[in-house]
Amino acid sequence: MRFLPSQEYMTRYSRHILLPEVGQKGQDKLTRAKVLVIGAGGLGCPVLQYLAAAGVGTIGIVDFDVVEVSNLQRQILFGTSSLGMNKAVAAKSRLEDLNPTISINAYPEKLTATNALALFKSYDVIVDGTDNFESRYLINDAAIITNRPVVYGAIYKFEGQVSVFNYQGGPSYRCLFPTPPKEGSVANCSEVGVLGVLPGIIGSMQANEVIKIMLGFATVLSGKLLCYNAKTSETVTLTLAKSASEIEKVLAQKDTFENLAFETLCLSPVVEISAEESLQLENIQFIDVREFDEKPIVELTNCIQIPLGKLEQNLKHFYSEEMKIIFCQTGIRSKTAIEILQKYNIKNCYTLTGGVLAIIEQLKIKM
Amino acid sequence: MKLKIKYFGILAEITQCNEETLEFTKTSVSELLDVLFEKYPELKDKELNVAQNNEIISKDTFLSTSEIALLPPFSGG
Repeated sequence: MRFLPSQEYMTRYSRHILLPEVGQKGQDKLTRAKVLVIGAGGLGCPVLQYLAAAGVGTIGIVDFDVVEVSNLQRQILFGTSSLGMNKAVAAKSRLEDLNPTISINAYPEKLTATNALALFKSYDVIVDGTDNFESRYLINDAAIITNRPVVYGAIYKFEGQVSVFNYQGGPSYRCLFPTPPKEGSVANCSEVGVLGVLPGIIGSMQANEVIKIMLGFATVLSGKLLCYNAKTSETVTLTLAKSASEIEKVLAQKDTFENLAFETLCLSPVVEISAEESLQLENIQFIDVREFDEKPIVELTNCIQIPLGKLEQNLKHFYSEEMKIIFCQTGIRSKTAIEILQKYNIKNCYTLTGGVLAIIEQLKIKM
Repeated sequence: MKLKIKYFGILAEITQCNEETLEFTKTSVSELLDVLFEKYPELKDKELNVAQNNEIISKDTFLSTSEIALLPPFSGG
C-alpha cells in the first residue's frame, strides 16, 4: 500500500524523519505497526506514551484495573480526573489527545488463556507491562504459540529488567526462568514499594525496543537481559541462551492452551487434609510417594505407590478428576509431590498431615 | 579461587550487600550455591539464576571465571 503523507504527518514526525536511521520509510513502518500493551500501570504508561507519540499506527491496551490515587506517583498517563476509571479506557482517552492520528483499542478486561491467542494474532508485537507472574507466563506462552515477540520489563524497588523474548527464534521468558516462583515468594510494588521514576526508565527502554523491532534494527535486546539499578545507576547486560525444550513444552500445549489455568500456575498453597477426614471420604485415590521398601506398609484399597522421584514419569495417574490424597512417612515429601504436580497444572491433590503414621493411628482408633 | 559475587534484587537484601568476594575451593555452580545457602539460609527458598562473566549459565556448569552474579525474577510493573 502506497502511503501518501500529509503535511501534518511530515511535521508531527519531523524529528524522526530527520534521522537517517528512521527517515520517512521508518516512520511509515511505525504507522503500519500494531502493538499490544498488556498492563497500563507503571511500565505500561511510559510505553504507551512514547509509542503513541512516535506514531505507532495501532495500539491495543489491556487492563482490567481502575486508577487509584496511589498509582499517580508513577503512572504518568493518569491524573486526578482519571480516578476510578478503567486504566485502559483512561489511557486511551489521554493518548487520543496526544496523537489523534493513530487508532487505539482499549480492552478493559483481564488477559486470560481464553482471550490471549486471538488478541495476540491481531498485533505484531506484545509488550509485557504486567505486575504478576501469572500474567507474565501467560504472555510468554501465548506469544510462543502465536509467534509474536514480547518486549519484557519488570521492576523491584530500585531495580529493573528489560529483554525482548521470542524474537526471531530467540530465547523466551521460560528460558530464563522455567518455572513460576511460588506465590508470595516475590513481592510486588504494592507490598514493598517502588521508586516512581524506575518504571519510567524501564518502560521507556521497552518502548525503545518496540521501535527498534518495528524499524528492523539489528541490535534488538534479544538473548540478553538488561539489569538496571536506579540507586547505583549501574547497568549490567547478561546474555542468556535459548532452551529449545522449554519452548517445545509450551508448543506441546498449543491445542489445549485455552483450557490452561494460569491462575494456579504460581503454585497455590498446598492444602492439607487429616487422616481422620480422608478415611471418611469416598471416591478418592490415595497415593503413597514413599520408596517401595519403606515401612510401615499400610493396607488401603484405593492406594497406589509412586515414589517421589518417579512422580514426573507417572503423571497419567493424576489426570482423572477424583480427589487425590498424597502421603509419605510424615507429610514432607507429599508436600513436595503436590508442588511438582502443580507445575503440571494438576489440581485436586491434598497432602495428608502426619503421613502414613497418622493413617495407621487412625485405623487403630477405628478398629 | 577468589570469586566476586554480585547480588540483585531481594538477594542483595538477604546478603545485605550488592557484591562480595569469597575464597572458594569448589568448582561447580551448584557447589557454590550450597556454600551460599549455608551462609545465607534465606537464599534457599528463592528462585534465582546464576551468571558467570555476564552470561546466564545452568546450575551444573563449572566455574571458570571469577565474576559471578545471582539474579532473581522480578514481577513488578
